[in-house]
Amino acid sequence: MSVLDFDYMVGLVPILLRYLPLTLAMAAAGMALALVLACGLAVIRVLGIPGLNGVTLLFISFFRGTPLLVQLFLFYYGLPQVLAFLTQINGITATIMGLTLHFAAYMAESIRAAIVGVDRSQTEAALSIGMTNGQLMRRIVLPQATRVAVPTLMNYFIDMIKATSLAFTLGVTELMGATQKEAAGSFLYFEAFITVAVFYWVIVELLAWCQRRLETRLNEAYRR
Amino acid sequence: MIQVANLVKRFGDTTVLDGIDLAIDQGEIIVVIGPSGTGKSTLLRCLNFLERPDAGQLTIGDLDVDVTRASRADILAARRRTAFVFQNYALFANKTALENIAEGLIVVNRWPQAKAHARAREILSRIGLADKADAYPASLSGGQQQRVGIGRAMAAQAEVILFDEPTSSLDPEWVEEVLALMKQLAAERQTMLVVTHEMGFARDVADRVVFMEGGRIVEQGPPSQLFNAPRDPRTRDFLRKVLAAQPAISPS
Repeated sequence: MSVLDFDYMVGLVPILLRYLPLTLAMAAAGMALALVLACGLAVIRVLGIPGLNGVTLLFISFFRGTPLLVQLFLFYYGLPQVLAFLTQINGITATIMGLTLHFAAYMAESIRAAIVGVDRSQTEAALSIGMTNGQLMRRIVLPQATRVAVPTLMNYFIDMIKATSLAFTLGVTELMGATQKEAAGSFLYFEAFITVAVFYWVIVELLAWCQRRLETRLNEAYRR
Repeated sequence: MIQVANLVKRFGDTTVLDGIDLAIDQGEIIVVIGPSGTGKSTLLRCLNFLERPDAGQLTIGDLDVDVTRASRADILAARRRTAFVFQNYALFANKTALENIAEGLIVVNRWPQAKAHARAREILSRIGLADKADAYPASLSGGQQQRVGIGRAMAAQAEVILFDEPTSSLDPEWVEEVLALMKQLAAERQTMLVVTHEMGFARDVADRVVFMEGGRIVEQGPPSQLFNAPRDPRTRDFLRKVLAAQPAISPS
């Protein structure tokens, strides 16, 4: 067994750093879009809007019930054969689309649970002083639901960052794709993949640190 | 001046309020007593439209509305003319004591924040919690939370404050401070409609005591008459039971 080639690993870092922005951008775009979509789905579920509620349930069932990789292949390779306007879809767009729909399905349920979990009597108190439903949501329910939802949503964000690595199967050269190419050139597979593993690990740990700070802030009102 | 005429509320097949007529003068303190499940809380909740009544006419100050035809605007108007104090306090958990009191002024009455906070501070000192302005509900005792709940109702400057069993969730040690605050409000002639099992409070503070059973008002009158010479056998029966449980205030 040969010793690890540390020089190679150190040399790989600046190369991989060039692809880091794309990985982060796909995760950020996917998270932002998924949050918006998930909030919409959650509100539909909470209000039980007839018709839309059924569509939402079907959407959540499908995107939670099928693997992300299958969904990505469906968007990138499958849909363009059926929908002509999608022939131009590139791997990055397909990845963001897949991440958005897939994670929105999970996040919608967390957000719904967080909204429903806000103490019903506070809703009554807000209505009793003459607040409208909109004011009640904005000022009382959503701020408290946010606190409950943040830990789970951050978990999904962490999961999403790692899931961007699947983009390499659609020919996107992001962190994982770049590592794969480098490894294929050097045959130093272990060094290459352990380096990229540390990359993801560090990103996630930085995010977890942000999460702890955010949670401390959100919990300020609940310390006894 | 508040007037309730023929108020009816049903839950499914159960008639909870069976034609309630009640008039409340400005500055009057009315205590509603009666067995559990007779619609006392529902009466209060209907006045505030937390429950939608099935029939009746409601007059609160300059608002006069047939409850079956109440529009969204009517409901908001009724809520702005009535303030509610909840059994379980129902403070906004994400807001400080000061913000809980100022919230309605800012959001509903559209006061500038500085003015609303100044009023909230005034109210905090009146309820004896000036030093707790920045405390969140989770760090307050039950008694303190309920006093903030009453402060929130005071801020609304409503025609009437509706108290729904304000001391029932409290540990015994906190009951007295909440009752003391309510007595203070009564002394200032704040119009109050109070559902409570505190017979001592009813006897000492109420101008009129209303006895409800089975969704109807059975009997009402000044506390001296209702407690000492109840006319209806149901009232006598109820009073015998509760006064036996509260010996401290049995007939003097």
